[in-house]
Amino acid sequence: MSAAASPILAEDLVKRFGSFVAVDHVSFRIERGEIIGFLGPNGAGKSTTLRMLCGLLRPSGGRALVAGFDVARDAEKVRTQIGYMSQKFSLYPDLTVMENLRFFGGMYRVPRGILPERIAFAVSMAGLAGRENALVSTLAGGWKQRLALGCAILHRPPILFLDEPTSGVDPESRRRFWDLIHAFAADGVTVLVSTHYMDEAEYCNRIALIDRGRLIELASPSALKRRSLGGELLALECDPLGAGLTALQSWPETIDAALFGNAIHVLVKDAAAALSALPAYLASAGVRTEKIARIEPTIEDVFVRMVGANLAGGNGRS
Amino acid sequence: MRAIAVKEMLQVWRDPISLMIALLMPFMQMMLLGYGVSLDVKHLPVCAFDREVSQQSRSLIDRFRASQYFRLAATPASYREVTQALDRGTCRLALVIPPDFTERLSDMRQSSVQVLIDATDTNTANIALGYAQAVISGYASDISAGTGGASAAASQLIAVESRVWFNEDLQSRNFIIPGVVALVMALVGAQLTSLTIAREWERGTMELLISTPVTPMELMLGKLAPYFAIGMLDAAFCLGVAVFWFGVPFRGEVLVLLATTALFLMVILGLGYMISSRIRSQVGAAQMGLLVTMMPTTLLSGYAFPIDQMPAAVQGVSYLVFARYYVTILKAVFLKGSGLIELAVPIVALVIYAAVVVFLATRGFRKRLD
Repeated sequence: MSAAASPILAEDLVKRFGSFVAVDHVSFRIERGEIIGFLGPNGAGKSTTLRMLCGLLRPSGGRALVAGFDVARDAEKVRTQIGYMSQKFSLYPDLTVMENLRFFGGMYRVPRGILPERIAFAVSMAGLAGRENALVSTLAGGWKQRLALGCAILHRPPILFLDEPTSGVDPESRRRFWDLIHAFAADGVTVLVSTHYMDEAEYCNRIALIDRGRLIELASPSALKRRSLGGELLALECDPLGAGLTALQSWPETIDAALFGNAIHVLVKDAAAALSALPAYLASAGVRTEKIARIEPTIEDVFVRMVGANLAGGNGRS
Repeated sequence: MRAIAVKEMLQVWRDPISLMIALLMPFMQMMLLGYGVSLDVKHLPVCAFDREVSQQSRSLIDRFRASQYFRLAATPASYREVTQALDRGTCRLALVIPPDFTERLSDMRQSSVQVLIDATDTNTANIALGYAQAVISGYASDISAGTGGASAAASQLIAVESRVWFNEDLQSRNFIIPGVVALVMALVGAQLTSLTIAREWERGTMELLISTPVTPMELMLGKLAPYFAIGMLDAAFCLGVAVFWFGVPFRGEVLVLLATTALFLMVILGLGYMISSRIRSQVGAAQMGLLVTMMPTTLLSGYAFPIDQMPAAVQGVSYLVFARYYVTILKAVFLKGSGLIELAVPIVALVIYAAVVVFLATRGFRKRLD
């Protein structure tokens, strides 16, 4: 592998299960030390893509290079270069923290001489000092996730694949987990992490939006917001909410309108003009405007917008 | 490999069910089968319908009463009662002595007694008939010796004198218990190993495991090593129980026995491993494990049911049953004291079996999800 080569490269990657296309001609290139977030709904093909990159699933088409090795032909070489956290928590609950670490140290062929030092690092990184002899089944979710990460980095892999590592973990633990990921990236580790938490996407250098097997967009969070929306965003609270949404969707100035909790996010060409015109328009539809303000779009806004476009495009093609 | 073995051992140790299968099951099996399964006919209930009621007829009935194989359960007074007793199973064998029994005996004419047997269990019936004939002919020869009839005495000169070899007490226990060792190991080995890989698939730990650089060979050896140790321990325990508790004679070399036991275990563990890497659910794997190892071992290994009495087609099938070779070895080592040279054929058969199974087991395991 030459110094210039990207740690992860996918070209036209396809995975079919029978007639179902789980991953549909996905191509991307990821540079050293990047944190890439795979964002998409359940069943979008995030896990399938990660599993192909780990050499666990054989691609149906295209190819992928991880650390310069082809995942279909050289899966074993790929495995020495990666750390993997699968979607389902998969340490051994009936073993203690130390026993799990020793076991995975053996699996990853960490030389016995340096294993204690690596384990000590993993324990302190995961904040598990003092709990070395606790059975994993007795640990809370956040601890388990950090231990799983600790196991995945025992062999100092240059590439980490993390499949929804923070699902079902409390916000404080998620925050802490992301601090760890950033620390690894700062050391030059390339991290590919999937999530369905939209807010987590903001922690990534680049986001890959994935929907129904297709890579819709791969860009930095700010670029995504700028490029993809094609307008400015207003948040609006009104009464009644449903009638307000219907009215907004038929308003000529509206590019897009969608519910976000108890508010409506409206995408318009010109936020200033809309701010002054909207209350009167809504009042004519019998809707009272309670609050209206211009907001910075979140990744969730982007996602909803992009997936909508993908859906429309997909329907047009089929 | 060492890491896997250590982890596997810890998991067995912490799993009460596995621990029970590993430690308690052999004990229970040995006790159940050692005491429960007996093909010996002893104290079989007999009824005697004496239509003569003479000194002669009574002394014949006394012979039955004295025999350890029979127990006089009833003395019916009519054929109807005889039929009833057999129908109800209160007796398994009925003896009917004709009214002219003594008369015909004293005339030196041939006298006959009728023996009715409940043959729903053919094996027992055959054995009982043999014993009954022995009792009656023993009585007849004593009579003829007593009366001193020359012709009759001559006929007794050609009485068959049989000698029993290898299992002098003719105890079926001696014949069965060595085979039980095979049964126990098949059960324990197949159960434990069939769970080991399936459990990892079911819990999702396998996905992580195969994302590491571990090789299929290391995985298999690491996973099987602890079960091999447990299996050998169980085998040693069972053999000890057989010899010291049940008093089965042991005439062979312990080393020969241990070596062949190791071979047999390899086959069992390899099979269990193969099954559980194909069938990814614990329940399915355990059932399949029983089907492939326990069933043929119970039915076709000859541990209790002699193979040479089976139909030819079934005998043919039994050559495929690896347990057959091990049971042959076990019995020969225990009762005949056979050594490696006499046992070359079954040992080679086991070696071939073990090699094929281990080869298929490593080939069968793919480090992929699809």
